[in-house]
Amino acid sequence: MSDFPFLSVLTVAPLVGAVVVALLPRSRPTLAKQVALGWSLLVLALSVVMWVSWQVDGQRFQFRESYPWIPNWGVSFTFAADGIALVMLMLIAVLVPLVILASWHDAESSKRSVPVYFALLLVLECTMLGVFAAADVFLFYVFFEVMLVPMYFLIGSYGGHQRQYAAVKFFLYSLVGGLFMLAAVIGLWVVGGKTFDWVALSEVDISTGAERWLFLGFFIAFAIKAPFFPFHTWLPDAGGAAPAGAAALLVGVLDKVGTFGILRYCLPLFPDAAQWFAPWALGLAVIGIIYAALLAVGQNDLKRLVSYTSIAHFGFIGVGIFAFTTQAGTGAVLYMVNHGLATGLLFLVVGMLISRRGSALVSDFGGAGKLVPVLAGVLFFAGLASLALPGTAPFVSEFLVLIGTFTVNKPVAIIATLGIILAAAYVLWMVQRTTQGTLNPALTEIDGMKRDLNLREKFVVAPLIALIVLLGFYPKPVTDVINPAIQATLEDVGRSDPAPTVDTLQEASR
Amino acid sequence: MTELELPPIDYAALAPILIMLSAAVLGVLVEAFVPRRLRHPVQLPLALLAVLAALTMVVFNADKRVITIGVIAVDGPTLFLQGAILALSAVALLLIGERAVERGGAFVAHAAVTADSPEDRRQAENVGGAGEVYPLTTFAIAGMLIFVSANDLLTMFIALEVFSLPLYLLCALARRRRLLSQEAAMKYFLLGAYASAFFLFGLALIYGFTAGLGDRQAGVDFATVNAAVANSTASPVLLFAGMALVAIGLLFKAAAAPFHVWTPDVYQGAPTPLTGFMAACTKVAAFGALLRVFHVAFEGARWDFTPVLGVVAVLTMLVGALFAVTQTDIKRLLAYSSIANAGYLLVGVLAPGSEGLSGTMFYLVAYGFTVLAAFAVVTLVRDADGEATHLSRWAGLGRKSPLYASAFTFILLAFAGIPMTSGFTSKFAVFGPALEGGQVWLVIAGVLSSMVLAFPYLRVVVMMWLSEPGESTPTVAVPGGLTSAALVIGVLATLVLGVAPAPLLDLATSAADFVR
Repeated sequence: MSDFPFLSVLTVAPLVGAVVVALLPRSRPTLAKQVALGWSLLVLALSVVMWVSWQVDGQRFQFRESYPWIPNWGVSFTFAADGIALVMLMLIAVLVPLVILASWHDAESSKRSVPVYFALLLVLECTMLGVFAAADVFLFYVFFEVMLVPMYFLIGSYGGHQRQYAAVKFFLYSLVGGLFMLAAVIGLWVVGGKTFDWVALSEVDISTGAERWLFLGFFIAFAIKAPFFPFHTWLPDAGGAAPAGAAALLVGVLDKVGTFGILRYCLPLFPDAAQWFAPWALGLAVIGIIYAALLAVGQNDLKRLVSYTSIAHFGFIGVGIFAFTTQAGTGAVLYMVNHGLATGLLFLVVGMLISRRGSALVSDFGGAGKLVPVLAGVLFFAGLASLALPGTAPFVSEFLVLIGTFTVNKPVAIIATLGIILAAAYVLWMVQRTTQGTLNPALTEIDGMKRDLNLREKFVVAPLIALIVLLGFYPKPVTDVINPAIQATLEDVGRSDPAPTVDTLQEASR
Repeated sequence: MTELELPPIDYAALAPILIMLSAAVLGVLVEAFVPRRLRHPVQLPLALLAVLAALTMVVFNADKRVITIGVIAVDGPTLFLQGAILALSAVALLLIGERAVERGGAFVAHAAVTADSPEDRRQAENVGGAGEVYPLTTFAIAGMLIFVSANDLLTMFIALEVFSLPLYLLCALARRRRLLSQEAAMKYFLLGAYASAFFLFGLALIYGFTAGLGDRQAGVDFATVNAAVANSTASPVLLFAGMALVAIGLLFKAAAAPFHVWTPDVYQGAPTPLTGFMAACTKVAAFGALLRVFHVAFEGARWDFTPVLGVVAVLTMLVGALFAVTQTDIKRLLAYSSIANAGYLLVGVLAPGSEGLSGTMFYLVAYGFTVLAAFAVVTLVRDADGEATHLSRWAGLGRKSPLYASAFTFILLAFAGIPMTSGFTSKFAVFGPALEGGQVWLVIAGVLSSMVLAFPYLRVVVMMWLSEPGESTPTVAVPGGLTSAALVIGVLATLVLGVAPAPLLDLATSAADFVR
């Protein structure tokens, strides 16, 4: 079964689905939704099969496929997944059907074509899967850039107010980063002897100066994408304006391309430069944790608030990556998955609240829990997961990151820990001001606020809650996949752990 | 390679040029003897057939590597560029021949009628267009074919005039906005004449420089110039001044800064199909000549001209990108975009070796098809007064005609260099060799200007899709078969060259070797 070309099929399948959905008549929106949902479930089923056929003790890269594309430049369609890519692929496959289900009525309010909205979601899935599955730097770059286009139209055509501004800002920021990367990609191609194959490139010796410049080209692109402070200003605008489903994908998956890219490209391809730049990257990450958390505390717009919390979380991931220990690295990758689940859930729930109230402002709510108790409960849970309460999945990852960092860099770990306190502040205040306290009389006059979660919405949140709890208590299946990949990455960088005690830590976290 | 006894004329090698010239002469005769109403139905097929026949001859010549009668070099780059010019001309001719979008086509019948007079407005409404457009275009194509194959500076100069003069005339023939059109033609003619004068003066200085070759007669053929660059005892001032003046003449045609000032006005004023023709084919011809002059004749002075041309390239990219940001007219925007693209092409010209050469040639073809498709869409967006070129008028176009707005969006993404379009592969094709040649600063300038340039393109996309249509949003005219064909070919080429560039790259690579 492992000979099956999982990765290419997985990448192409949503694209085919998108074409099918786009061709459906505009007058049959429900059919389009059903087809899109069915298709994304098929992709999920395929990726589950892929997960099962993954060999935990196998090679670092599995499911490798390679087809020639542009031989003149040494470009090929090469797909291969390591453990990090595998868990991200799974995350995408899980999130997309839920987002489609959650966005069931999102496109209708915008007066624009409903099938196109769902087709765009599927195109987005195709590019996201492709970017994680690619093992050819050129192919990675292609997906990295093309990914912008569906997201641009999702935000720009179907978003809330200020959607034009947000869409253009998103596109330009990402494109600027992408062009820096393009220069670096070409540079890498030249110094690497005209190949784009990741494996071949990771064995090339590059002079120190060139390596630092190339690292910087890639790093800027990824730092904008992730986003790290100070390249983050596009995310609150984009996240605030995007429809909730698209925002969940934007923050839950798209931004992970940045951190994934650092792990897959910046570290193994430019190990010395990565070490040289690590203090700077750690600095940015720590500033991001504190600064974004403070801004999140002050937000009055729910979606912007969640966006800022993400920036803070990406700070944690950044710290985990650049601490160069197995625990911290595993924690960072686990955080990428958990953050996708937790923030994805938070975005979706917030979206449900907003669509009921017709406003995204925290001050327009108040005591909503009395009207929609289940929804308020889910929001509370999502909030707790987001602040990494023990028992939820993000706790495991945050703890691993902090422990792993503490062994090598105490000040960073200590400052980052402050972020946890701030996280409690922004989440709890947000929950308190929206769902607790005295009921805002204005809410009772809105019909939407009288409807609690319906069956469809329960189907959206239930799997995410289940996964968050499950991974909170038993992260082993995921860490088992991640660990070898992280160890291999750190070997590439040439760093070893001061005291490799991953297993006992996992015991401690249970 | 160059034998001194006069070689027999290789008519097969010259066939593409001869076919186009005879078609042009035939076109003039048709204009004189065929009744008015039959002229268009005769002229368009005649021109198209000639282009196709010439293209066939180019393919037939594919393996030829000769210099015939001493002045026409038929080699890989020549054939590739001639093929490119002919293929792009065929598409441009489809646009030029379109008569369904506007009654009588985009060209005016009596260009001499006072602009904006009542009579002029009457003919804009009713009178069928002029047929002399076709022979003029055919002459221009023939001139371009000679231009890219010229093996000495004098032939190159004659070819320059042969293709420039018809273009000056054609610019003045727009059916609508006659004053703009005539102003454009005047400006283009005057500046073009200066540029030609520069070229000619440079040619004379180079001739003087080659006189310093002791054992060899002075001359302006590239082999002699090449030898002179290496061995001449004459003052190098002659060489540098001559090289600079020749370069100015060529860079003017290529629309490189600071010799670009005519471009926005001419692109805006000229009839749109012709703008497309100029943006695609003139660019191929100008860069074809630049490649030959700098790779063959002045090869030995590479170290001397690279910094100067590099500065020109950077300036061109930045001027094109920065001014594009402020434009409010789609044709002017595309003009500045074409200037910026000239900068990227110059990066390719400066990249040493055959890879830079093949990359540049690939870029020319890819850009040509995309820009033709872009102007094809521009001809379609119109209201009662003709084309609606002001950007504000494009607001909400995506809602009114999603198909054409999608096509234009795709084209703009290609200009912005998004992967899976030819815009991306062609940028890679020139930046890769440039970086390999150590010209990091050129690539960085290219990347920076691409960032700036993304903004104006994106603004148009925003206009079309994210703005609500206003009352003044024009409807898109139903295109005739010819414009549709041109648009489809342009968009398809943009897509195919973006997704599967390998065949054309192979062709360009195998063609990237000059005979000397």
